[in-house]
Amino acid sequence: MTVEARPISRTRLPGFAPLLVLASAIVMAVLVLMPLFVVFGDAFSKGFGKYLASIRDPDAVAAVKLTLLVAAIAVPLNAMFGIAAAWCIAKFEFRGKSALLTLIDLPFSMSPVVSGLVWVLLFGAQGWFGTWLIDHDIKIIFATTGLVLATILVTFPFVARELIPLMQDQGSDEEAAALTLGASGFTTFWKITLPNIRWALLYGVLLCNARAMGEFGAVSVVSGHIRGLTTTLPLHVEVLYNDYDFVGAFAAASLLASLGLITLVLKTTLEWRHAGELAANRRH
Amino acid sequence: MTDQAILPSLGPTPGGASAATRPRRSRWVEHSILPGFGVSLGITLAYLGAIVVLPLIALAIRPWELGPAGVWHALAAPRVAAALKLSFGLSALAALLNAPLGILIAWTLTRYEFLGKRILDALVDLPFALPTAVAGIALTAIYAPTGPLGSLAAKVGIKTAYSPLGIFIALVFIGLPFVVRSLQPVLQELDREVEEAATTLGANALQRAVMVILPALAPSLISGVSLAFARAVGEYGSVVFIAGNLPGKTEIAPLLIVIKLEQYDYAGAAAIGLAMVAISFGSLILINLLQLFLARRGKA
Repeated sequence: MTVEARPISRTRLPGFAPLLVLASAIVMAVLVLMPLFVVFGDAFSKGFGKYLASIRDPDAVAAVKLTLLVAAIAVPLNAMFGIAAAWCIAKFEFRGKSALLTLIDLPFSMSPVVSGLVWVLLFGAQGWFGTWLIDHDIKIIFATTGLVLATILVTFPFVARELIPLMQDQGSDEEAAALTLGASGFTTFWKITLPNIRWALLYGVLLCNARAMGEFGAVSVVSGHIRGLTTTLPLHVEVLYNDYDFVGAFAAASLLASLGLITLVLKTTLEWRHAGELAANRRH
Repeated sequence: MTDQAILPSLGPTPGGASAATRPRRSRWVEHSILPGFGVSLGITLAYLGAIVVLPLIALAIRPWELGPAGVWHALAAPRVAAALKLSFGLSALAALLNAPLGILIAWTLTRYEFLGKRILDALVDLPFALPTAVAGIALTAIYAPTGPLGSLAAKVGIKTAYSPLGIFIALVFIGLPFVVRSLQPVLQELDREVEEAATTLGANALQRAVMVILPALAPSLISGVSLAFARAVGEYGSVVFIAGNLPGKTEIAPLLIVIKLEQYDYAGAAAIGLAMVAISFGSLILINLLQLFLARRGKA
């Protein structure tokens, strides 16, 4: 990236501008950009063939499949919850709304490890429902269900947090007009509300999905790290790294980094193209 | 806004005419022409209850199996106390360093035009977008004694990876976007006329920065720094690889939870988890009060 400071006329002290821009660029390059380059650099450090072999490894393929499966369950559930929560919070006035909002936000301020821990406390071998689950031969912890639950908790607020402020801004006049003209509740939602919120919904789903596929701490607690069975892609990275298979670890990491980059590009594009149709306060 | 004038009785009007003519659903919800309140609230509460509330109740109750004295012993054990101190201390330091770095980057992005500005702006979110385990092994590779920056630091006798400094670097990385994104909108809207007035009154650049811009930024700076702090306290993936994980020295609190769980010490793990949630919550309340105080003083 070339950094050429062209201070705009409003800015006094033009001498400072190039220095500050350069300082920002250096901070960003060293602190933020360097890790990204290292991931791809180390992944290809032993050549393309070794990289391809690492990615085609059966355990790696199983990890990718498991990651996709977990996200395919967790993201739609959280999206449906987000729409339901945004509908009742943004379109109606009722008591206890702010308490509800606080609870929805809560998972954002919890450590991922705690988000995994709580499921072990409930469903682990010595958890509240542990004995009952063993008696009925149901496995949640160290199985896919546990991974899904941990992922859902970690990504819980993403869609709701995106939709609620937007739908509050939009109000309910359009829906009310459609209903008075005789449209059914479902038609109103399908033809009025959904088109109004589609970009924000996509934005929320995008962030939710990125986090779901990249989550490490929460799933690490409930996974048990059984290779090829309960290791999602981020856990696969950890297993390989701890086995000193650095090319394999960085090859798997490069897939996740690509996912992050694609998400970043799509997210930025949405922010540029549909800024007005996204929630005003955006911070995740 | 004109719709509001045409259809005054539609939509939720607080205590409006529609409430008088139609029977209210109940005392705690205002009547609306829109359908689906019961269904959407039902789904929301059921899902919230199952996914967030029930697990948190388990977290709040499980530690007390040990009894109050047992919980105290579990938390005051040297290894646990050291981990909590390390996690909260380094998180606070990292969040504090994020303040000047965040101001610098937010300032550059809002006040200057330069080539690659949009790319730099998008890159601010990279620490959010990069999965934590990926960031963790990449940072370790950079700051390990054999890595590009780690070897430089080793030459002057500084150990980065596998030391508290390594944890600190990872926490700065993970917290930076929170501060930048909190500051950007405020800097964008900051009234330039105030700065110009200060200049005509003879204020120099430093005086403007400290006496005009910083007070206006303070509330959002504090919220950005506290978000970075809260994230850093719970951070796991980007830290465990670079930390070295030496008990009592470079072992963070979230890792200790994982270790306790592996030893089937559920109550001990829950005690640490509960303590982390309680301390984070307490500090967030303190920070909110400080913010409120600053906002009031700013208005006066």
